[in-house]
Formats: sequence, structure tokens, C-alpha cells
Amino acid sequence: MHNIDQIVQAATAAFAATADPDALEQIKAGYLGKSGQIPGLLKGLAKLPPDERKLLGAAINRAKDAIAAALNARREAIQLLALEGRLAEEALDVTLPGRGQSRGGLHPVTRTLERIEALFRSIGFAVADGPEIESDFQNFTALNTPADHPARSMHDTFYLQDEAGGVAEGVLLRTHTSPIQVRYMQAHVARHAGLATMPEIRVIAPGRVYRVDSDATHSPMFHQVEGLWIGENVSFADLKGVISDFLRRFFENEDLQVRFRPSFFPFTEPSAEIDMAFMSGALKGRWLEIAGCGMVHPNVLRHVNIDPEKYLGFAFGMGPDRLTMLRYGVNDLRLFFDGDLRFLRQFV
Amino acid sequence: MKFSESWLRSFVDPVCSGHEFSHLLTMAGLEVEEEETVAPAFDKVVVGQVLTVARHPDADRLNVCEVDVGSGEALRIVCGAPNAAPGIKVPCALPGAELPGGFRIKIARVRGVESSGMLCSAKELGLAEDAAGLLLLTGDAPVGEDIRRYLDLDDRLLTLKLTPNRADCLSLEGVAREVSALTGATARFTSVEPVAVTIATQRAVVLDAPDACPRYCGRVIAGVDARAVTPAWMRRRLERSGVRPISALVDITNYVMLEVGQPLHAFDNTRLTGAIHVRMARPAEKILLLNEQTLELHTDVLLIADEQGPLAMGGIMGGEDSGITLATTEVFLEAAFFSPPAIAGRARRYGFVSDAAHRFERGVDFAGTQRALERATRLVLDVCGGRAGPLSEALASLPERRPVRLRPARVAKVLGLSFTSERIGELFARLDFPYSRDGDDFIVTPPSYRFDIAIEEDLIEEIARLHGYENIPSPAPCGQLSMLPQTEQVRPLARVRQMLADCGYQEVVNFAFVEEGWEADFAANEHLIRLANPIASQLSVMRSSLIGGLVANLTSNLKRRQSRVRLFETGRCFFRDRQGGPVAGFRQPWKLSTLAYGTALPEQWGCAARNVDFFDVKADLELLLAPLAASFAKAVHPALHPGRSARVSVAGKVIGFVGELHPRWQQKYELPLAPVLCEVDLDAVTMARLPQYADVSRQPLVIRDLAVVVDHALEVKQLIDGLTGNRPAIVRDIHLFDVYAGRGVDAGKKSLAFRIVMQDTQKTLLEAEVDAAMQQLVAYLQEAFAAQLRV
Repeated sequence: MHNIDQIVQAATAAFAATADPDALEQIKAGYLGKSGQIPGLLKGLAKLPPDERKLLGAAINRAKDAIAAALNARREAIQLLALEGRLAEEALDVTLPGRGQSRGGLHPVTRTLERIEALFRSIGFAVADGPEIESDFQNFTALNTPADHPARSMHDTFYLQDEAGGVAEGVLLRTHTSPIQVRYMQAHVARHAGLATMPEIRVIAPGRVYRVDSDATHSPMFHQVEGLWIGENVSFADLKGVISDFLRRFFENEDLQVRFRPSFFPFTEPSAEIDMAFMSGALKGRWLEIAGCGMVHPNVLRHVNIDPEKYLGFAFGMGPDRLTMLRYGVNDLRLFFDGDLRFLRQFV
Repeated sequence: MKFSESWLRSFVDPVCSGHEFSHLLTMAGLEVEEEETVAPAFDKVVVGQVLTVARHPDADRLNVCEVDVGSGEALRIVCGAPNAAPGIKVPCALPGAELPGGFRIKIARVRGVESSGMLCSAKELGLAEDAAGLLLLTGDAPVGEDIRRYLDLDDRLLTLKLTPNRADCLSLEGVAREVSALTGATARFTSVEPVAVTIATQRAVVLDAPDACPRYCGRVIAGVDARAVTPAWMRRRLERSGVRPISALVDITNYVMLEVGQPLHAFDNTRLTGAIHVRMARPAEKILLLNEQTLELHTDVLLIADEQGPLAMGGIMGGEDSGITLATTEVFLEAAFFSPPAIAGRARRYGFVSDAAHRFERGVDFAGTQRALERATRLVLDVCGGRAGPLSEALASLPERRPVRLRPARVAKVLGLSFTSERIGELFARLDFPYSRDGDDFIVTPPSYRFDIAIEEDLIEEIARLHGYENIPSPAPCGQLSMLPQTEQVRPLARVRQMLADCGYQEVVNFAFVEEGWEADFAANEHLIRLANPIASQLSVMRSSLIGGLVANLTSNLKRRQSRVRLFETGRCFFRDRQGGPVAGFRQPWKLSTLAYGTALPEQWGCAARNVDFFDVKADLELLLAPLAASFAKAVHPALHPGRSARVSVAGKVIGFVGELHPRWQQKYELPLAPVLCEVDLDAVTMARLPQYADVSRQPLVIRDLAVVVDHALEVKQLIDGLTGNRPAIVRDIHLFDVYAGRGVDAGKKSLAFRIVMQDTQKTLLEAEVDAAMQQLVAYLQEAFAAQLRV
């Protein structure tokens, strides 16, 4: 009996002494293999009397189980050791930079235009577009500004040459996005001709516009967003509501002050200039001109065959470049058109 | 419109002051663009009279003056001014005075002589930029009076930015009338009585163009002294209105124009011959203007002429040959009403502006012509002396002021706010608009000085303005809740831009007008669209391609030491096109352009640095267009390397090009490397396809590789298209995964390796079927392209 316990202890000690899986299997063979010590003991049982044989047999089997258990435990331990070694070997410096393409970014004014579109879409405004070389008629006359109207001097207009080198008649670079109003209304009226009541027109039209002007606060090309809402019941109060709401949402600033003051545009009556003021920050309390607006002039509606007695509404034109400057604290308009990556990358 | 507040307050003096007053005007639509003070802050400066001047005992350049400041005891003041002299009256700063810039006057010893104050120049009082000596005051200046009061230095200057509809506010009386309407304060205008006629001299006036000039008044004033000195108060008011005093007669016409809004003109009566004719210019008629410009006139320009020829551009500018001079003794003074359409735009067309044209094209009160002329006559007689002849007037039909109907219900509809009839009546009364009632409606007759009240909406604006835009509510609006169309066949531009940004491109916005050279180099454009009035020669031609702008952006960024540049722009391009629209003669498609320069990936560890090439950009474009498949064909483009550029098509339609910049331009634009450029029609990129479901096969895939050797010049696309067109039904996909030339492959040949994916929709493929399919592909390649199977 004593001898059997010693065999178990010796096996356990031998297993523990090796970390090599092959060596472990060889040691195992010395105990449990065909010619190992345990089978040897079992062969010797046959010579013993039945009582002893039974007693000793049970002891040998217990020893065999104990050795097998020790073996398995050691196998698992060795495997675990190997895995740990491999993991340590495979470890990365996770603080190294990631690899691949870098990200570009959108132009800051594009960011603004996308926000403007999203905000106006949320109250059902469609988005329209129009030509930048525009007819004199659509840019001015259809907007109640006939030739020689003094309001034309408010716009320093770019004209084009014809192919012979003279000034091309009747075309110009649009000075504002308002002609899109006219084109959109014409299309809308044509689309809904024959209906007793025309569905509402709700549209904004962002785009590039041109004026002969260039200094720190004026660029010969800049952006505008035109807005138009025509229906049976659209009032000046609604105009105030929409613009005030828009500015507070755009700047995410509930305290923003918005004021409307009388102004003049040939294509709106009454007309207003919109100023806003922040209640905190660097520009606190200063009134900033943001947009021009007003109730669409009956002549403009009549021109596109909309009955001004039945339908009315408002139009506005605002400067997204200026909104972008105020939103992100940009202090020079010219930066927008300079293509300087050091500036543009700030808006990624 | 610039004027002094104290002049305005001589007509109307509401209780509000300073900024409050400016705010009132701004919120009524007369925007105060600028507010200035006449003088900076200073105090204890009075009118002093120099009594004696003696040389300083110890300084050559200094004098010791005895100065009377009205305190009973003369002050001794040391003064270095060259114009110090006994008897002059000058501003004198008393001890304790604080001058602009915080400079304090104390009793001090100057080279041993005690000095009790300082005699001041205009500069020292902050009234001028520089000054040669002491500011000399007129002899009637009361000694001892505070100089601020004496020179009205607490006055403020206001500049109004007037909209073109408010010509009625281009005068002090007009602004005063407006202030009265806004505040209720009474306006008191100068009372003007006809002057006594003391001579019979008269000049006949004939209206040959009565539509353009329906009223013309004139009068002769003889025996005037053109060299008379303009009174100080008038000079001061003119100067504070930004008008330079010139001579008494000119100053008076300017003064009356500022005061009542009526432009006047003074002719030298001795230089006129016969009757005055107000007529349109004859073809090619010429005039030398007061501004020394000689113009050849168009026949829609109105002239004031005599029997010899043109004297003045009516309502715009006088002529040099008939104008007054300092030698003039007899003037013919004109006050007329010129119709706005007859004046509008004419001055601008000839490239100048004038105060008269500015007013007449917007509208001058046609009921005030005689009053203005009488007012000016009075001032001429008072300042220059002389005797007035009778006033002659030629009159045709003046503009009509048609009554305008105002319906209170319409006011509520337009403004979103109801007004009671009482309130509307009160507002019209404040405006001095005469009205009668027809049921609920108001029938309003606009006054002769308002040219902007023709329809109901104009009256509604007046009501809103007087009530205050601030007092109209701003509710959340209600509208029809119909949904907007949302087509899936078009990808939003925002999505396209975002994809490009995700591919590493930075968006830029460039001017649509470019250098002419760019159009030649990058687009070979022979039908340029030139601006008639560019702001600069390098911004003179409308772009037909966005490439030039991107190359310029690249150049400037390289100068800023950016070595890796990836840019894109979306924008309209412009072409002459007889079939183009919607503006006839032009096509204005949206384009998308990209530029990639420098390494393909940002410099980083673990990747060998490699410069971006054609295929990188091609892949970006394919990604952008997916799932639509683009095809690329070798093509020549003026901007691009002929061997490294391709025309891009989608569904058989050419949409643009991609390629490396031509080495010629790389050299000309001084670029160390060649950028890869791409330009496509934007609508091709925003096109999208509605997905369509097809059954997914459950059968296993079989994958085989196939490598062949073909002529190096053979375009891979031909081979893939051929294989795809001739493939057995079980072949699902043919994919090029390797191109190789070099060792092991004969010169002039290249090896291409394809992965062939096979699958049957119904059953597992047999080995024999797969082998047969591969053989069919090989046989096709051998036959069509003389390909050799590579083993």
C-alpha cells in the first residue's frame, strides 16, 4: 500500500517537473503506458489471493485515476502556459497610429447651407436651383425692377460680352437668388394649372451670386439663400415667426434677439431688413444684418399668373457666408474663396 | 443723406435724444448708418480776444499775450502760434480745462513767464486733422462764451442710408416730417413768402418735352455780388452735411436743396440767349458739363437749352458754358420738376452721379417748386444783394395722385395683425395722408412728396412702419402638411460631397470667373464667355471647367508647404450654346472636379510611400458612381497627359474625364509632381439605381484561377468584356487580380491572372462541368486574343 502511494507522489512530482508537452507524455508512459508501473502492478495481482487481490486492485485503480487526473491538470497547465507565451509574443503597441486614408471635409459654407436646408425641410420647404447666367428680365424686370429703376444701382451688376466683344443684351450674372423665385413659381403654377386651389409654395433656393464689389467684407462672388412661401394665408407675422425660429435653431441659441425694420426691395411690400444680436459672447448686443425680406409684391405674383387677392406670402434672401462667419467666428470673408487647406481643414 | 442733428431739431424737436433718436429713425426704415460727434469731449474753452502780443523775453518763437476771456481780468498766456495778433478772437482754454486726449491745462511757467491758459488751434480742439495756427473766430464772437455753445460743438452728425423709395427724406424738412409722424412732435418749417419783385427782367420758358418736365420755374436776379461771403451758419450746416462751401450762389442752391429737397440750378443770365427750351437732346448733341466731362447725348436725355444750344442736362448737371462764376452779376435761377422716368439711370449710364439726379430719379415734391425758388431768392437777396424779377413758370400736366383704397381686413391678412379703424385713421393723420371713408375702407390720397404710395400694400407698409414692426407678433406659422417628394433615383448632392470627403478630398469654392489662360490650357475653350466689366483681368472669363481653380489652389497650398493636397469642387460651368437654356444661348451644367496630389495615402508607418496615380483616382470615381458601372476609354484631353487619361462613360453617355495633368502644364504651373484630375457631370454622380431583388443561389461556389500571357498593348477591358460576353452560363464573375510583366514573361507581353467564380442555381457543379467551362474560356482567349495559357 505504501508503495502505491509513493508511485502516485512520484508521478505527480515528475509531471510538475516538466513544462514540455512531449516530455510529459513520455513520463506518463512510465506510469500508465503498457510497460509502465501501474500496468506492472496490475499484472502482479494475479498471483495474489482473491481477498488481497480485491483490496489491492481497488487501491491500484485509485492510484491510476489519481495519476491520470494529475496528468490532465498538468496538460492543461502546460497549454495555458503556452497560450500565455504566445499572447505575450503577439502583443501590439496599441498606441501606434492607425493606418489608411485621411478624411477630407466640407467647405464651411456648405456646412451652413446643409443646415439651412435641413432646418427648412423640417417645416416642408423644398430646395430649388437656378441658372447663374441669368436674363436681365428674370433678375430684375420680373421682380418689379424695370430698366433704370433706382434700385438697380443697389446692385453692381456684372454683364457679359457678346461674341463680337460688345456688351451682351439682356443677360447678366445674377445679382441675387431671387430670380429662382420667379422660375419656381412659374413651374409651380404650370404644374397645378386647373386646380381650384393651388397647393402652397414653400421653397428655398441656395446659390452663388455675383456683384461688382471686392473688399474685406464683400466678395465679387458670394452665396445667398432665397426663401419663398406663398399660400392663401401667409402673413408678415408668419415671416417674422419663421425667420426668428430659423435663426434660433441655426445658432442653437434661444436667447438670440431678432428685429425687423422697414426697408425697401422692389419685389416685396412691405419690406424689411432683418437684424439679429447675440446676448453673450464677443458680439454681444451688436445688431448684425442678416437678411432682407418682405411680403411678395402683387406685381411679382401677377407676373407669374398668381392672383394676389387670393394668394399672398413672403420671400427672404439671406447671406449664408455671413451666417457661417458668425457661427464659426470667421473674421474675413475672403478666406472662404481662397482654398487654403490650413483654414478649410478646421471644418472637417 | 448726412446732416446735423441740431439743424434737424430746428424743425422738429422730439424729447428723445442721442441713440434713442437714432434707433427711432432706424426702426422706421431710415437707417442711421453712422453717428458722429462734431467735436471730441473737452471743457472750459471760451471765446477769448487777444488784447496785446509781446515777444517772450527768453524765447524767440514765443509770444506773451494778454487775453480777454470775459472774466473782467485779462489772462497772461504764452503762445507759440505764428498768427497770434492783437484784436483776434480765438478759442482759449482756461486753467483747469481738459482738452481732447486728456490734456489738462494748468497755470505753468513757460521759460520763466507764468502762463494761465492756452490759445487753441482747430487741431488742439479735435476739430481738424491739422492746423497752421490759432483757430480764428469771427469778430462778432461774444468774448467769454463757451466755445462748445458758440460753435455748436455738441451737435451730432447723422448719416442715413435711405432706400430708393424714400426720396421724400432726402431733405431736412422731409426727415423732420417723418420724425413728426413717428413721435407726434410738431414740425415747424421755414415760412416762405414771395419776395418783392423790383425789376421786370424775365426770361421766357418753353416746355418742348412736357412729359419729362411738366413744371419749370425760373427768375432773373440782377445786381448780385457773386463774391459775397456765405454766412457762417450756412457754411457750418453745409459742412456738417458733407457739402463743401464753394461760393455764395452755389452754397445757397445747395443749402435750399438740403433744406427742402428741391435741386436748383443757377445760370449766368448774361450767357443765355433767348427763351429757355426744355427739350430732349438731338441725335449726337454734345455738352460740356460742370465736371469738365464732354458727353455726346442720347436722344432720351433731357436738356435745358437756349436758342444757341444745350445749357444743362436737365435735372442732372449744369453745363460749363452757362454756369455762374465769381464774376457773375445776373443769375437765372431754375427750380423745376423733372419726371423720374426722364432722369432715371441717365447719369449712371454716363458713369457719374449727382445730387440732383439722385433726387429727381427718385421723385421730388412737384408741389414745392415755387416755394423752393422763393426760398432761394430770399437767401440770394439777403446774402448777395440784387433785385429780383418776376417768377416765370411753364406748367404742363403734373403727376396725378390717384386715391388708394385700403381695406382693414386686407391689412389684417397681410400683416397677421388686426387694426381698428380708429387706429388706422390715427396713423394716417400722423402721416398727414388725406383720406375719406367708404364703408369700412379708407380712400387715401398720397401727398405730392411721396412717390412710393400707389397700391394698397404701400399703405399697409406705412401702417406697419408707424405701428412698429417690433409690435407685430411672430407666431409659429401654420401651413399645409403635405410631404415633399423624395426620389430614390437621385442621390442628394450632400451625400456625394460627404463621400468625397470620406475619400480624403477637401471641398473648396472658387470664383466662377477665371483667368483667360486657364480656359485655353485646361479646356481649349475657343468660345469664351467674357465679362463686360470684370473687377480684374485675372477674373474676366466664365469658367467652362473647374480644373483651373483646383490647380491654382494646389499651387497656393504648395507655397504654404502643404505637400499632400486632395481637393474637390462642385459648381456650375458655363458654355456658349445656341440650343442652351433656360437662359438662351448658354448651357450651365453643374460639374464635379477632383484633384489629387502627393502620396496616395498620408505618410504613415507600415506602408511604403507611393504617389497617387491614375488608378487611385479611377477607384475613387468608381466608388462614387457605384452601383452604376463606369467605362473608361483612352482619350486625349487638353489638360491631361495623352497616355494617362481616359474618357468616362456611364450607360453609353460620356460624363467626363480622369487623368494626369499634361507635363506641359505641370512645367508651366511649376508643379513638382503631376496631379491626377477628374471632372464629371454632377448629375451623373447623383444618379442612383433603385435596388431590384434577385434569388440568392444556395449552391456551393467553385473558384478557379486562370493566368494568360497576351500582347502588352492589349487593353484589359477588351479582354474582360470579351470573356464576360462569351462566358458559360455557370460563370458568375470574372475578376482580374494580377497584372505582371518582367522576368519570366517575354518582352512585349504581359501576364494577366483572373479569378473565375462559378455556381449553378439549382445543383452542385460537377468537376467535369467546371473543367469544361474553364476550357471554353481558355479557348476563347486563345482564339480572340492569341493568349497563351500560363502554367
